[in-house]
Amino acid sequence: MSEASADSGQGVQAIVAAHGDLAAGLVDAVRCIIGRSDVFVALTNRDLTREALEAAIRHVIDETGARVVFTDLPAGSWTMAARRVQREIPDLVVVTGASLPVLLDFACSGAGTPDAARHAAERGRQALLICEPPAREQGPA
Amino acid sequence: MSIELYRIDDRLIHGQVVVGWGQPLDLEFIVLVDDDVAVSDWEQELYRMGVPPGMDVHFETVDSAAAALNDFRIDTRRGLLLTGDIDTMRRLVDRAGTIETVNIGGIHHREGRTQRLRYVFLSPAEEASLRELAATGVQVSAQDVPASRPMPLEDVLRGGTR
Repeated sequence: MSEASADSGQGVQAIVAAHGDLAAGLVDAVRCIIGRSDVFVALTNRDLTREALEAAIRHVIDETGARVVFTDLPAGSWTMAARRVQREIPDLVVVTGASLPVLLDFACSGAGTPDAARHAAERGRQALLICEPPAREQGPA
Repeated sequence: MSIELYRIDDRLIHGQVVVGWGQPLDLEFIVLVDDDVAVSDWEQELYRMGVPPGMDVHFETVDSAAAALNDFRIDTRRGLLLTGDIDTMRRLVDRAGTIETVNIGGIHHREGRTQRLRYVFLSPAEEASLRELAATGVQVSAQDVPASRPMPLEDVLRGGTR
């Protein structure tokens, strides 16, 4: 289940839980950009029951003390599992729709706190842009 | 018939259901049949949060779902009925008596289960239960997402082509 782990620095601060290999890919992309692979633990939902998804999150929380879970789909099984764990751990923050800009902002903050997660989520919203093609210059008639 | 799919999926409402099936089938409602969820406000709120605006979720027990099934069928919108396990679907089929096809969408690994497909793991008791369901005339097949090929139960129990 776990596809990334400690490297150096401040240790695991959050879980990235997503479909297929997405979480591992996002964590690897963070490593490529800022050289840190110790901030996140990546989890895949492949082959896991609902109960196993919850157990996977609880296990990482117990092992690391992380209080932030980034998931991909708001309707996804990881989000449901994280929300259930949140009932037992009320200070756990669950951020859905996680993307590379979100994870980079969180990792770069170094804080690993719920507020850092909220800031990162806002950065993710700001990163969603539609880049329209530039207007063509009008040539001579 | 406005119930497009009768699905067994141990993750209940999740990405494959809402996006994978929801978009191509243009689903506007889900009937979630689970005796525990039907009496838990918190669980219902959790699942409602997971569906897009405009998609209704009806939470039913097996008994209430069987009683309301015809109402769901004459609904002009398109819907999907979901149970989290084989036993719940079997009890619904027994009570309703008019379900012709059942989709195995996801039954994942647990101790005592053997892998049949990438997304289907079955205990001997579950395998027997599916065989009994099929013996009543219900067409049972496995298909996790619309883009994959539906696999008949007999092929699933032979291990399919993983």
